[in-house]
This record gives sequence, structure tokens and C-alpha cells, in this order.
Amino acid sequence: MTTATTAMTTPHATAAAPAAVSADTTLSVTNLDMHYGAFRALRGINLEVKRHAVTALIGPSGSGKSTLLRCFNRMNDLVPGARVEGQVLFNGEDIYHPSVDPTEVRLRVGMVFQKPNPFPKSVYDNVAFGLRINGFKGNMDDAVERSLRRAALWDEVKDRLKQSGLALSGGQQQRLCIARAVAVQPDVILMDEPASALDPISTLAIEELMRELCRDYTIVVVTHNMQQAARASDWTAFMTMGEDRAGHLVEVGSTQQIFTNPQDERTEGYITGRFG
Amino acid sequence: MTSVYGKHPRAEFDRDLRQLQDELLALGSMAEKAVVKAVDALRTRDLEMSRQVVRDDDAIDRKRAELEDRAVDLIAIQQPVASDLRMLIAALHVSMELERIGDYAEGIGKISLMMGDQPPVKPLVDIPRMAEKATAMLRASLDALVNHDVERAHQVLADDDEVDALYDQVYRELLLIMVQDPKVIERGTYLLWTAHDLERIADRATNIAEQVIYLVTGKHVDPGRVSKY
Repeated sequence: MTTATTAMTTPHATAAAPAAVSADTTLSVTNLDMHYGAFRALRGINLEVKRHAVTALIGPSGSGKSTLLRCFNRMNDLVPGARVEGQVLFNGEDIYHPSVDPTEVRLRVGMVFQKPNPFPKSVYDNVAFGLRINGFKGNMDDAVERSLRRAALWDEVKDRLKQSGLALSGGQQQRLCIARAVAVQPDVILMDEPASALDPISTLAIEELMRELCRDYTIVVVTHNMQQAARASDWTAFMTMGEDRAGHLVEVGSTQQIFTNPQDERTEGYITGRFG
Repeated sequence: MTSVYGKHPRAEFDRDLRQLQDELLALGSMAEKAVVKAVDALRTRDLEMSRQVVRDDDAIDRKRAELEDRAVDLIAIQQPVASDLRMLIAALHVSMELERIGDYAEGIGKISLMMGDQPPVKPLVDIPRMAEKATAMLRASLDALVNHDVERAHQVLADDDEVDALYDQVYRELLLIMVQDPKVIERGTYLLWTAHDLERIADRATNIAEQVIYLVTGKHVDPGRVSKY
């Protein structure tokens, strides 16, 4: 296993081998390396993702933000040749342990993608989908309404629940995907550039929603929009790629600190638009 | 720092920031000249020059407003963060300090006009020295700003004690003169006001130095470090 080289001076910094994960940490990453075949995509990642907060992953293209995000719910397992070394603890449990079912992980760690991708089904069925395949036995109408309300979409769609999800606007479709993700009551919601395909008002609505949702969920968001990271997140992690093209973490800190007084000059260069 | 795009993606913004800094220095130079001129006019009893100092303060006020507009525009348009943001915030603070220094110079000009044809109650020795030290502090604080020189900024903070000491001296001396001869109280008071204005100018230079420390380090100067005045 590669030794971590990232110097971190924040509360996020983890010891080489954490004996116990603190209660306010949802995801704890230790010495994580990620390979696609012979290519090392991530190197020596050490990161603690705080519970009920929004953590933003920022950095130039190719710095491994999305790859890291996809390590959190084993989405990379679906890529042939993908291999993970190191540890990702979710509520203290190693999600890469051989006994762990990746489907179970993805149920608890939901994901929202860059382009809204509702199923070609009704608004109602989109939200109910995950619950049905998981054998949900409760009141489905209530569960659907609750999820749509959570995603701040209920008022806009309550009279057209039977309409196709694809008939909604882009911003509404993305909120539908968020409703679909929260329906199965995950602990974590991963968002991979959730607003990059949306207009400015829909973007602000998604950011507002993140602030709302982080009261009950832990959110990790990958974004290229620096203002979005500044507005919507509590913690910011800056990643870049090294000479070997492997993505690694440069600096992690409170969003306030990263955007007013970053400690690493690479972070400063990136957020002020002079590098990367 | 280089960019993967080859060309510096913030070249225009960098040029705007440099220009703003140059404007700030120009304002600093106007304020410094006003102080020097005001004290010279007071010392040489040149009332026309005093009137000019009072008139010229409008130009300083206008320049400060221009600078403020420019900084606000850049904040709105460029959405700066980190050191860029701190630079613009510092520019706003520093332009205000410089404008206030101009006001003190104007105040000294008005004092001189109030004195009219009355001679100063005592030969002016320490007051020009205070002016010299205060303007030197002002120059040093602006140098520190341009060069991001924290050490120089700390030196300005230390120099303020010397101006405070001179102010103490002038104050005691004038008090003594006024106690001995109440007829000169009015003329003595003019010089007290002048000394006070100069002491405040040094304080404003100190504020600029504190802004430099914030700009470079991102940390405010310990408020526990309080000077006498």
C-alpha cells in the first residue's frame, strides 16, 4: 500500500491507521489508491467526510474528483480493471470488505449525476422505483410525497404525478433524481456536478436544496463551479494531479478557510483562476 | 503560476489589480503631500498655501470615491477569492484611511487659517518632526502594501510609539505654557489640535500597516497590541 504523501493540517487529517472513527464522521478514507488497470487514478487519499454537512470536491479536470466520489459507493466496481487499495469506512465499516454487498452500499450511499437521468416512467414511478425493488411495504403514496417534498419538487408536480418524468424541465428532472435518491433513505448522497447542465436559477435551487438536505444527509458534491462550492458546502477538498497523473488531495478545510485563506499555493492558484 | 491553457487565464484581472494598486499609491502620494504642505504652511504662516490645502482636499475625496467604485466593480465582476479578495478589501480600507489622512491635513490648514496673523505660541520644532515621522510611516505602510512586506508593516506599528511620545512631549510643553500665561490659551490650543491631527495621521498609517498584515497573512493583528493613543 502506498504511504500517504498529502500533508493536511485540518481537522480532516487522519492518522495513518485510525483505530476508531469519530461519531461526526460518515466516511473515512485512509491511504486510498485507485487503479484502472495499470493507470493509477488516485494516490494516497486521506479524507474524513463529516456527517450532516456538504463536502465539496474541487480541482482541475483529471484530478480524480469523480473517481474519488465513485469510490464512496463502489461505483468503480462496474469499471473493468478497476482496483482499490486502502480503506473506505462508512459509519466505521469497511465498504470494500469481501463480505460486503456493493448493492447494499449503493442503497445507503445514493448518487445524483451530472445530467438528469430520470427513467422513462411517470414522476410517481421514478420516485417509487427504488422502494419497490427493495420490497418497500409501507404507504407508497406517502413515501413518494415525502421524497418529492424533500427535493422541493412536490408543489410543482403534485398535479401531474402520472406524467412522464422526462416531460419536466431540466432543473425539475434533477430534483426528481434527488427525490429518487432520497426515497430509499440513504445516509449519504453523492452528487457529481449536479447543476452543470442547468440554468442559473435551477442551479441556485439545487444549491439551496443541498443546504436543506444536509440536515438529514451527508452530501459529497463534485463541482467545477467554484462559487457553487463556496455557497453550498461546509467543507472543501482541493484535488490536483501529480506528474504521474494520479489524482491526490492537496488541501482540505472549512469552505470559509479555503476560499479566504488557503494554506497551499496550489489551492490559491486554482481558486483564484491562475492555475489548472 | 502557469496554466495548463498556456495563456494566463486571469491576465486581465491581474492588470486591473495592478492598476488599482497604482491608483492607491497615487492617492497615498496626494495625502502625503497634503500633510507636508499643511505643516509647512502652518510653520511659515503662508495662509494662501493653507487655503490651497483646504481646497485640494476635494480632489482627494474624489479620488477615494473613484477607487472605491473601481474596487466594488472588480468584486462584482471578477468574484475574487482568497488573496485577490483580501487585496480588494484592503484597497477599500486603505483608500478610506488615506482619505481621512487628507482630512487631517485639511484640518491643519483650517487651524492655520484660524491662527491668521497671530504668531505660533512657541517655535515649531516637535510638530514638524511629528509630521516627518507620520509621513515616513505613511510611505512605509504603502511600500509594505505594494511589496507585501509584513516585516516593514510591523516596523510601522512600532514607529507609532515614537509619534505618541512626541505628542506627549508637545502636549506637556503646551500645557505648561498655557498654565503660565492664560492669555495664550487660544493660540496654544491651535497647536494642540495640530499635534493631535498629526498623531491621528500616524494612527491611520498604522491601520494601513495592519491591513497589509491581513492582506499577506489572512490574519488580523492582535487587538491586544494597543498603542497609547
